[in-house]
Amino acid sequence: MAEKMTGAEMVIQALTDQGVEHIFGYPGGAALPIYDAMFQQDFVQHILVRHEQGATHMAEGYARSTGKPGVVLVTSGPGATNAVTGLTDALMDSIPMVCITAQVPTTLIGSDAFQECDTVGITRSCTKYNYLVKRVEDLPRVMHEAFLIATTGRPGPVVVDIPKDVQFALGEYYKPDLDTLRHQSYHPQMDGDAAAIEAAVDLMLKAERPIFYTGGGVINAGPQASEHLRELAELTGFPVTSTLMGLGAFPASNPQWMGMLGMHGTYEANLAMHDCDVMINIGARFDDRITGRIDAFSPNSRKIHVDIDPSSINKVVRVDVPIIGDCERVLAEMVRVWRSKTNQPRTEAIAPWWAQIEKWRAVNSLGYKNSDTTIKPQYAIERLYEATKKQGKEVFITTEVGQHQMWAAQHFHFDKPNRWMTSGGLGTMGYGLPAAVGVQVAHPDALVIDIAGEASVQMTMQEISTAVQYRLPIKIFILNNERMGMVRQWQDLLHGSRYAHSYSESLPDFVKLAEAYGGKGIRCENPAELDAAIAEMLDYDGPVLFDVIVEKDENCLPMIPSGKPHNEIILPDTANIGDIIDEKGRQLV
Amino acid sequence: MNAHLQPTGSAYFLTQETQQSERHTLSVLVDNEPGILARVVGLFSARGYNIESLTVSETEHDKRLSRITVVVIATPKTLVQIKLQLERLVPVHKVHDLTAEGAYLERELALIKVNGTGDQRAETLRLADAFRAQIVDATVESFVFEVTGKPSKIDSFITLMQPLGLIEVVRTGLAAISRGPEGM
Repeated sequence: MAEKMTGAEMVIQALTDQGVEHIFGYPGGAALPIYDAMFQQDFVQHILVRHEQGATHMAEGYARSTGKPGVVLVTSGPGATNAVTGLTDALMDSIPMVCITAQVPTTLIGSDAFQECDTVGITRSCTKYNYLVKRVEDLPRVMHEAFLIATTGRPGPVVVDIPKDVQFALGEYYKPDLDTLRHQSYHPQMDGDAAAIEAAVDLMLKAERPIFYTGGGVINAGPQASEHLRELAELTGFPVTSTLMGLGAFPASNPQWMGMLGMHGTYEANLAMHDCDVMINIGARFDDRITGRIDAFSPNSRKIHVDIDPSSINKVVRVDVPIIGDCERVLAEMVRVWRSKTNQPRTEAIAPWWAQIEKWRAVNSLGYKNSDTTIKPQYAIERLYEATKKQGKEVFITTEVGQHQMWAAQHFHFDKPNRWMTSGGLGTMGYGLPAAVGVQVAHPDALVIDIAGEASVQMTMQEISTAVQYRLPIKIFILNNERMGMVRQWQDLLHGSRYAHSYSESLPDFVKLAEAYGGKGIRCENPAELDAAIAEMLDYDGPVLFDVIVEKDENCLPMIPSGKPHNEIILPDTANIGDIIDEKGRQLV
Repeated sequence: MNAHLQPTGSAYFLTQETQQSERHTLSVLVDNEPGILARVVGLFSARGYNIESLTVSETEHDKRLSRITVVVIATPKTLVQIKLQLERLVPVHKVHDLTAEGAYLERELALIKVNGTGDQRAETLRLADAFRAQIVDATVESFVFEVTGKPSKIDSFITLMQPLGLIEVVRTGLAAISRGPEGM
C-alpha cells in the first residue's frame, strides 16, 4: 500500500524522484500548499525570483547549460500569464522545461475568481503539451509524464496546472511505469532510417563542395552528439558552419570552422551555403534568418536534413535526403557508415572548394575599424573573450537580443557545447540576465557573463536582486550605445534614418543602480582602460553590472538583408546601407 | 491597403504558393481528453490552415479514443505539413489522408425543415421520397426531413427544397472511412 500524501506533497515527491535540485518560482495564494510542502524538506531548493518571466528564463539557462530540464513554479492568474513569454521562448528554441502553475480551486474554475485565468487555454499554443489536473489520483502520473514529454523527442516546455483543492487533497503517490503512461500516441523517433543514412553518406562521398550546417539539435542531443560531429568533420574534412543556436557544438578554434551563418553570419559561411553541392543540415530548421530569400537559397545543392521533428522536414526548404532521428544517434551512424566505406577524408577532391573558402575568408567579413577614442562594441567583446580565456574557469555566456547578441555570436568563440545561451527563435529582449542567474545556479564555480544591451537589460533588470540574494556572481556586460541598436540599424536600412523611438533619453546610472541592488557597478568609456576594467569585473566575487559606453552608431555587419540571397550580403566596408534594399525588401521582417 | 505587397521569395511569403489547392479529407485518431478539439482547431488557426468541415465524436469508449474527420483545402505541400503538425500533437495517435490513400466513403446527415401546405406538400413529399429522405417530424404546415448521404446529395436536396419553402438546415459535417478490410 502506497503512502498517503497531499497533492502538494506529491508535487515535491515527484520533483525529488526526477532529481530536480533547483526550481525557480514565485509564491501566491493558489500555490501556497506547494510552498508549504517545499518548506518541510531539503532536497528541492527554491530560487525566489522577482518576476515570473525571470523564472522561466532562469529555467531555460539552467536547462541549456546542463541538459537537464528547467523547472518553474508560479501561482495562478498573473503568475501564469507572466510566464508565457518564457514558455514561448522555450518552445521556439526547444528547451526542456516543466512549469507548474497553481490554479484556483476546481469549484471556482470558470467563475472569474480572484487570480483566475484559463492557464491551459492561454498556454496551449506556447507549450509542447499542457495539463489541468482535476483529480489528485492523476497528479503523480501527470508530473512524471510532464518530465518525459519535456525532455524527450524535440524538447519543449510543459505546463502542469494544479488547482488549490487538488494540492490539499489526499491520495496515493506512485511512480508510473513509463511504458504504461497514458499517452501511447507519444513516440518520438530516435533512430534514423538506415537506408536514408546510407544514401546521405553516399552523397557525402561524392561531394565536391560540401558543407555541414548544424543547429541547436546537436546541442539538445547531448554532449556525445558534439563529439560525433567533431569526429565526422575530421573523417570527412568538410567545412562546418552553425546557426546561432548551435554555437559550441563544433569548436571555433578548429580550422574547419567557418563561423556562424545567416543574416549576420560570416561571408565565407554564407557564400559556401550558397555555392555548395551537398548540404548536410544536422539539427537545424532552415529558419528565415538562415535562408534569406528562399527561391535563391543554395540553388545547386543536394540537401540532407537530420531532424527529430518530422514536421521540420520540407517545411521551408525541400530536401533530397530527410533523416528523422536524434542527432546523436544519426551522427554516430554516419560516422560508422562513412568508416565502413573509406578511411580517407576527401581532402584532394575538395581542395579547390577549400581554396575558394579561403578566398572568401580573406575578405575578413567580421573586420571593423577600431578607434582610440571610443570603445567599439566588437572590440569590447574581443577583449572580454581574451580576458575570460585566462580565467581557468568554465565560461558561460548568455545574451539579450539585438546588435550585442550578434556581435557576441561573431566575436566570442566557443569550443564546447552548452556554453552559449541566447534567445534565438523568439528573440526575447530581457532573456540574458535571468538566464545567467539560472546558469550560475547550476554552475556555482563557473564564470557566467550576460552580454547585454542597455535597452534589453532593463526588461528584466530586477533579477539582479535575485543574484544578490543567492550570492550568484554573474557579470552583466552592457554594451551601452544609448540606442536600441538593431532597431536603429533597420531604420537606417529601411526608413530613411528616421529614428522613431529607438533611442533612450533617460537611462539609469547603471553604476549607482548596481550599488542600489547590492552589487558592484563599473563604467568604462576609454578603450585604453577597458582591459583593466574587465579584469576588475572578473576579479570581483559578486554580481557586477559593467557599463561599457560604446560607439553609438555602429552597424552590425555583415548582413544579408531580408529578401536577398546569401551572395548579396552587405560587407563592413559598405558606405551607405540605406541604398541597398528595394521597395519589396522593405516589407519584410 | 496591402495591395502593393508582392511575393518576394522571402520566408515570410511562403504561403503564397504556386501549387493548386486540393480538397482533402483527413481522419485523425486522438485521445478523448479535455481540450483536444481546442488543440486541433488551435493548430489550424495558428498556422493559417483552412477547415472546411470538422466532425468529432468518441468512437472507442473503453480506450477513450475519438475520431476527428476534418476536410481541408490546401496545396499538396501544405497538406503534408498539416498531417505532420497534427501528428506532433501529443494526444494524436494517427492521421490518415483518406483522399490521398485510396478509395473511401463520405457520409453526412442533415435535418431539413420545410414549409409545406396545399399542392406544394405533395411535391415536397415526392422529392423527399426520391432522395430517400425520412420524415422525422410533421405538422399540417411543415416537415422535418432526415437525409443521409454524400454531401453533394444533401446539397442537391436542399437546392430543390428552396423554392418549396425551405426554413432551416442543420448538418452534422462529414464522417469518412476507407473502403476495404483494413482499419486505421
